[in-house]
Amino acid sequence: MAEVKTRGEVVLNRVAIVAVVVALIVMLTPIYWIASTAFKPRSLATTVPPTVMFEPTLTPFAKLFTKRSQLRQPVEEDVYEAAPWWEKLIYDDGEQVVKNRKTGAITSSGYWDRYKNSLIVSIISTFLAVSMGTLTAYGFSRFKVKGEQDWLFFILSTRMLPPVVVAIPMFLMYRTVGLHDTHLGLIILYTAFNLSFAVWIMKGFVDEIPREYEEAALVDGYTRLQAFWKIVLPEALTGIAATAVFCFIIAWNEYAFALMMTSRNAQTAPPYIPSQVGSGLPDWSVIAAGAFLFLLPVAIFTFLLRNHLLRGMSFGAIRK
Amino acid sequence: MTRLEPGSRAASRGFSDLTIRNLFIIPTIAFLIIFNVFPLLYSLWTSFTDFRASTTAPANWVGLANYRELLNDPFIWRNFTITAKYVLISVTGQVVVGFGLAMLLNRQIPFKGLITTLLLLPMMLSMAVVGLFWKLLYDPSFGIINYFLGLGKFEWLADPQVALYAVALVDIWMWSPFVMLLSLAGLSAVPKHLYEAAEIDRAGPFYTFFRITLPLVAPILMIAIIFRTMEAFKTFDHAYILSSQPTTELIAIRLYKMAFLEWQTGLSSAFAYIVLIMVVAITNIYVKYLNKAKAR
Repeated sequence: MAEVKTRGEVVLNRVAIVAVVVALIVMLTPIYWIASTAFKPRSLATTVPPTVMFEPTLTPFAKLFTKRSQLRQPVEEDVYEAAPWWEKLIYDDGEQVVKNRKTGAITSSGYWDRYKNSLIVSIISTFLAVSMGTLTAYGFSRFKVKGEQDWLFFILSTRMLPPVVVAIPMFLMYRTVGLHDTHLGLIILYTAFNLSFAVWIMKGFVDEIPREYEEAALVDGYTRLQAFWKIVLPEALTGIAATAVFCFIIAWNEYAFALMMTSRNAQTAPPYIPSQVGSGLPDWSVIAAGAFLFLLPVAIFTFLLRNHLLRGMSFGAIRK
Repeated sequence: MTRLEPGSRAASRGFSDLTIRNLFIIPTIAFLIIFNVFPLLYSLWTSFTDFRASTTAPANWVGLANYRELLNDPFIWRNFTITAKYVLISVTGQVVVGFGLAMLLNRQIPFKGLITTLLLLPMMLSMAVVGLFWKLLYDPSFGIINYFLGLGKFEWLADPQVALYAVALVDIWMWSPFVMLLSLAGLSAVPKHLYEAAEIDRAGPFYTFFRITLPLVAPILMIAIIFRTMEAFKTFDHAYILSSQPTTELIAIRLYKMAFLEWQTGLSSAFAYIVLIMVVAITNIYVKYLNKAKAR
């Protein structure tokens, strides 16, 4: 970083600040647009000129979780008064919630099921990948392995394959053993996908833990497993947490495998959300509400991970 | 660094080191072989057959016919050309934007940490879901891009000549932060005294950039370029969602259609193998550079 000294430098630095601010606005506008559309009533989502100032509403979120139909005639006043706040929002928009004729139970839209599937698949596959990955990373880091570089290359190469290439045979195999459109099927795929990533990242973290710690423990009478459990794991905790968040994000965002390997039961949110656009006039505010809830966890995680992003994105090759 | 020989000293207590090493490593290798290598061997077999997953008809051995058909198919070559063009546009764009941003952020900028994290946000979010919203942004009548750029009713996705650029632009938006992140790491590693020496020698900004900055950042920038090339080559998510134009039919999209919409399982397996060989070749180059960077 050049130190600012001369007047020319001062001016140049101001120009750089302005340029950074402009770049920041341009880069964040698409994300802001998704977030703001999620809080717009349908009538303001696709206006010309675009609506920038508006009164935020939760109507898109009420609609997101329910199945609705067009109101044929205005809703009766006592029914409207008796309805909960979120149902009033839907009535206000000229629609009504589809209910079971007998029980009166509301019909859900299927969004929450997909969201839940995303959570199940991402959390379990992350847990599996990180636990196996940490052990393997320790193995490669501390012991002599014949052809270590070749094994590590093999592990990495499994991750570099395009999903479609792996999906063709996996689809056939899953169909034979009944794993198509199941949580377990996706969990296996995502674990395999993240395992290689976890090994590479965790190896970097484990390499950084001084060997002397364990060797001292071994001299003190610990077995190697005890030394691993009581000395190495606590030291590697930050690395494990960062790796887990990365694996979660990768599984959470994954689209291609989910599109090819699931159809309904185990379908995750990424293939579901785009399928809502379809043909005709999509309700962009509802789709944005779904996207908003889906993107929010990753946005939060990005801030938690900010000091590890470089290492994670470069497979542990580059550290600060 | 010294390494413990498996089966050495600590072996007398608890499991031997050799056992632990095997216990820790073999499950992972086995898992990857079962769920990655074995399926690929299976599809190697189907690539020599006329198998169609949509029918119950048994697969017939056709030898190299699938490969011959693919390599003689002018449409497939068009998919490769489109992909090459797409990779070139998007990777060049990402390097220019990403490296440019890194150069800007390498100065004295207030709230640099926060700004950097915010700039990295696009690459962390789901390509499929965020990509979908570019449909809204690109819309010719109510999209904000046409409105703010004053382009009237410009057709971004419906015009076959423009669509590929529109898809690549989304990729540039999403992945420039990646190049920026790696470039920043490279820039911060350039020793300051080099710039001080250049200043004493009254070297101009161009000389300083091309003789000091660029050569020293080049190795790390190269990693970013190869990695993005590899990823761009595999692009599927947002490209498939944004455009169904034949002019934006990347290899991954053609392969998906062939396998899962036309159900030409045998033929698509052969196609997948051709793609596979190309990816492994690029991966090899990538790992070579990774190890080089690690060794530094």
